[in-house]
Amino acid sequence: MYILNKLPNDGNDGILSLERIRRLPGYPDESSFEKGPVVVIECDEDIPCNPCEDICPSGAITVGEPITNLPRVDIRKCNGCCLCITICPGLCMFVVYKNFSDTESLIYIPWELSLLPEKGTVAEGCNRRGEQVCRVRVEKVIKAKKLQKTSIIAVSVPKKYFEIVRSISY
Amino acid sequence: MNNQLVIIGAGPAGLSAAIEAARYGVKVLVIDENDKPGGQLFLQTHKFFGSRHHMAGVRGFQIGENILKQTENYNVEFLLNTVVWGIYPDRRVAFAEEGKKKGFVFGENILIATGALEKAFNFKGWTKPGVMGAGAAQYMMHVNRVLPGKKVLMVGSGNVGLIVSYQLVQAGSEVVGVIDSLPKIGGYQVHAGKIRRLGVPIITSHSIVEAFGFPCVESAVIARVDDRGKIVPGSEMEVVCDLICLAVGLRPFNELCWATDLEMRYSKEFGGFVPIHNEELETTHEGVYLAGDVSGTEEASTAMEEGRLVGVVVAEKMKLIEKRRAGELKKEVYERLRSLRSGTFGEKRAREKEDIFRDFASRGTQCIF
Repeated sequence: MYILNKLPNDGNDGILSLERIRRLPGYPDESSFEKGPVVVIECDEDIPCNPCEDICPSGAITVGEPITNLPRVDIRKCNGCCLCITICPGLCMFVVYKNFSDTESLIYIPWELSLLPEKGTVAEGCNRRGEQVCRVRVEKVIKAKKLQKTSIIAVSVPKKYFEIVRSISY
Repeated sequence: MNNQLVIIGAGPAGLSAAIEAARYGVKVLVIDENDKPGGQLFLQTHKFFGSRHHMAGVRGFQIGENILKQTENYNVEFLLNTVVWGIYPDRRVAFAEEGKKKGFVFGENILIATGALEKAFNFKGWTKPGVMGAGAAQYMMHVNRVLPGKKVLMVGSGNVGLIVSYQLVQAGSEVVGVIDSLPKIGGYQVHAGKIRRLGVPIITSHSIVEAFGFPCVESAVIARVDDRGKIVPGSEMEVVCDLICLAVGLRPFNELCWATDLEMRYSKEFGGFVPIHNEELETTHEGVYLAGDVSGTEEASTAMEEGRLVGVVVAEKMKLIEKRRAGELKKEVYERLRSLRSGTFGEKRAREKEDIFRDFASRGTQCIF
């Protein structure tokens, strides 16, 4: 795996750059992160898909017509309930609570591997490339019962990684 | 045995057609070569895209369970473990039931919903145990409950390659990499993103050269390909793996269509030869319809819509629903198909379909059985 990771791949390896993600209509602006847990939608393709709009109980997410629109988020309405995380077929929705504590942010991540970490587990936080960037602690585990079988894990990360950590490895 | 609609293939298209037709009182018989109806839906553990109407956000196998339940509510008859090997001009459908009888059933209307087949890709060593289609790996995981390999090299970065890689990781395999000979990832970015987060590399502009190992696969050699698709000498590299999965595309499972002498045309976009058909999915033989991947490989949501469409068309033809009501229902399906075939990925398919419909119109009168 590590050998292949070192191959050059023409900058086309399935990852969205942070600059690009920040420009998406589903990405909160800088000030919105300050107010509390907010949804982050890293959806950048005109796929005909809108379950996030349907499931959002507070009407914060809009896809509208045509159905290929990118989801837009109205951060004022979003209360960080995480329902959209469980429904998204692309697993590209996260909830980020930047000011979880003075030094840490909390990131809610969709999790579908059978090995579910336990609360309190210390793990490696990974970026969008799967590279380990920092230590994280699992603060909450919301097990999938009926949640479309997608569980959610919430990990606390050093604040400077709130836009970086999107997965864990342990 | 006389049926108003004989459906060949109990996948998403065939079952949706069966439910829709039976809902209006059409007498339906569904024939499938497997021992359980549902087709490939039961291999799909990922959530589907689409809108609420297409049960977006629900996993494929759950959609399968859901439509199977619906067939129980209506009077749909099944003939399983049965292969259809021909359709005769007098609308006899010739079948052979596994280990049992052979025979014919008559169908006033016939729907071919045989789906698609995985394409293969040959390279040195491709016949070794341990080289298989991505669909086969999925079947081993989700039906046989056997892990097909511990270290996997996935060839092809279309949605099938990306999704099956993710499922292999979920099942406990290590996917050493996904390679694609094209310079661009074929599938959705979100599917690629899922496996990238878990540390699976995706390497574009690379192809497989050879599989090594005896008696089974123990490693693979991959190499860089230039923009003409030629291997760049000196770029070869050995990767340790015990499973090489091929996800290099699907083609319509069209053998029965050829045998029935339907007029066909080649479609690059749809992966192979497809029978020429009109908007109502009727082929050049009157009364013989298509639905799903056999009319052009797409995905399960469009297959289900096409199935529903044929269900309505046949119910109208059998005078079980009024023309006006049928018109409304068809319009709804066309609308939903249009939405499924929108966006960068869908538009090409929409154009190709239009082309096929035009081709049908230009051929003039249909052949009457």
